[in-house]
Amino acid sequence: MRTILFILQKEFLQIFRNRAMLPLIFVMPFVQLVILSNAATFDMKNVRLYVIDLDHSAESRRLVSEYTASGYFRTVGVSHSEKQGLESISNGAAHGFLQIPNGFGRDIATTGVAKVQLVIDAVDGYAAGLIQSYTADIISSYGEDIALEIGRFPDTSRQGIRVSSAYWYNPELDYRTFMVPGILVLLVTLIGFFLSGMNVVREKELGTIEQLNVTPIRKYQFIAGKLLPFLVIGLGELALGLTLGRVLYGTPILGSLLLVFGVATVYLVAVLGLGLLISTVTDTQQQAMFISWFFMVIFMLMSGLFTPIDSMPGWAQKLTLFNPIAYFIAIIRQVLLKGSGFADIQQPFWSLCAFASIMLTLAVFRYRKTTG
Amino acid sequence: MSAVQAEALRKTFGNVTAVEDLSFAIEHGELFGCIGPDGAGKTTLFRMLTSLLVPDAGSATVMGCDTVRDYKQLRRRIGYMPGRFSLYQDLTIEENLAFFASIFGTTVEKNYEMIADIYRQIEPFKKRRAGQLSGGMKQKLALSCALIHKPDILFLDEPTTGVDAVSRREFWEMLRRLKEGGMTIVVSTPYMDEAGKCDRIALMQKGHILGIDTPDNITGSYARPLLDMRGADVYRLILALREFPHTHSVFAFGESVHYTDSRSSADPEALAVFLRSRGFANITIEPIRASVEDSFMELLEQHDG
Repeated sequence: MRTILFILQKEFLQIFRNRAMLPLIFVMPFVQLVILSNAATFDMKNVRLYVIDLDHSAESRRLVSEYTASGYFRTVGVSHSEKQGLESISNGAAHGFLQIPNGFGRDIATTGVAKVQLVIDAVDGYAAGLIQSYTADIISSYGEDIALEIGRFPDTSRQGIRVSSAYWYNPELDYRTFMVPGILVLLVTLIGFFLSGMNVVREKELGTIEQLNVTPIRKYQFIAGKLLPFLVIGLGELALGLTLGRVLYGTPILGSLLLVFGVATVYLVAVLGLGLLISTVTDTQQQAMFISWFFMVIFMLMSGLFTPIDSMPGWAQKLTLFNPIAYFIAIIRQVLLKGSGFADIQQPFWSLCAFASIMLTLAVFRYRKTTG
Repeated sequence: MSAVQAEALRKTFGNVTAVEDLSFAIEHGELFGCIGPDGAGKTTLFRMLTSLLVPDAGSATVMGCDTVRDYKQLRRRIGYMPGRFSLYQDLTIEENLAFFASIFGTTVEKNYEMIADIYRQIEPFKKRRAGQLSGGMKQKLALSCALIHKPDILFLDEPTTGVDAVSRREFWEMLRRLKEGGMTIVVSTPYMDEAGKCDRIALMQKGHILGIDTPDNITGSYARPLLDMRGADVYRLILALREFPHTHSVFAFGESVHYTDSRSSADPEALAVFLRSRGFANITIEPIRASVEDSFMELLEQHDG
């Protein structure tokens, strides 16, 4: 036990002496939270729209102004030529064009039914979907307004069922509420995954591990000495991030903080274990970095941070069963935003525990003080 | 029982045999030198004796502990200084020393008299980080760290490589004093001129021990007459000597050329005549006693031949 304390003392001494690393560890959460939670939005503002108004009626002008007034669209060009509209899409000047045919206003006044055409650049399918749903909202509200004014009711509202939605846990659909907990997980992961593994490989590169290996240090003492400092730093980082999220964005903390930190501890052991395991099979920081990034990118993109796991294909959803980041993001969102208790997060929690114990066992098993 | 007892130790890496069936013994209180060029297998041998590397075949005991079976006891009793500086460069002198003392369950104060002689020389700089020390100071720190837990035997892998001449001499002086205190020391070096500082040496090449004895006995058993020749152009001189009918071997030796004769006694006069006929005017020829390097070259020739 005393030996572990001596190793810890040495590790902390080295960490706090590293002038380049220390500010990074504590400035990083701030920068990441501010940049990512502001940039990673699911909304699309400033959609560039090209307008081809062949009608020039009061109704057509009103439709165009509905678009610009929505706050989502911005007109980037107006003409009478469909060819120019297509060109503006192909050269990237516009996300799409709206074509209002001649006789649009007249048709509304006489029959109550009129047509418009919207052509959308769908190279980015996600953005195209968003634009389409914005358009649907604008046109349907425009249609209802017109119908009220001219006294005609479109077919749909005659069915008598109106759907009105309430959004639970995030009533204003604020993406930041959703993103901040996920970004906190990312932060903790970076600390756990990279710092610990790199630390061991650095000892290999510098040859200091050779001198340690001839000492009576036991395997578990060495691993504990490498694991605990980063566990402490990771939890500190989480506390800092939570505070920042609370102060800057009012991130809700409905559940128990004790539960959050408890799960974070298990989670950190899991990623630290994986980091250490990688360090035992590599000889240079370059190799370790490369393998770590490979896992990091897969874990992160398949974690449900940016795209919901439920929308992934079946095989990919099965893969996320082995993704510790996915578990922790799911848990932290549940606890912070929904106020879930331990009973609600049991299943992912035990999965994390299993992951942590497997990684740690493998890391201790793979670490060799002697080479074969 | 001897301090170190090796029985047919062997280690191969892929298809390279680094150490091939080595058997030898090192006595208690001896200053033993493993001498040979890079790639002779010295480091591999040291890593096997210090339990860092498991031999493919054979076995060794160090201070009565089997290097594979009893590695836990062994690691408490040995001090090892790897060839590459292996202390924490971002920690200071005193932090490094305190750390290595603590993981052996002791303190610097408790074992101070063990390292006093060496540590005193670097103690004024104890707040300085190890990475900022000169080569000689690093080496003294590494030796202090290897000694701080009062080991029974020291393994020093090429401690003088890359260290200036003055520090090298100082270092051997320190080893001499440690030995007088009763320490068993096993040291490796590629420098043949350091052989004379050891009680006994093993000349190593390509995983083999070519000879193992006291330095005097090794040079004393050199059988052939040896001549030292100095002339203007060493390279041309070697080429010319190779054509002399009684030449056994010719080697460049620093500024001069070492020549051995295939007969039981050499004839410097005949050689001088031969060389003059080849256009070498001012050649000094002198019979000399063999050095360890001459013995090494001779043993190498016998071994390969």
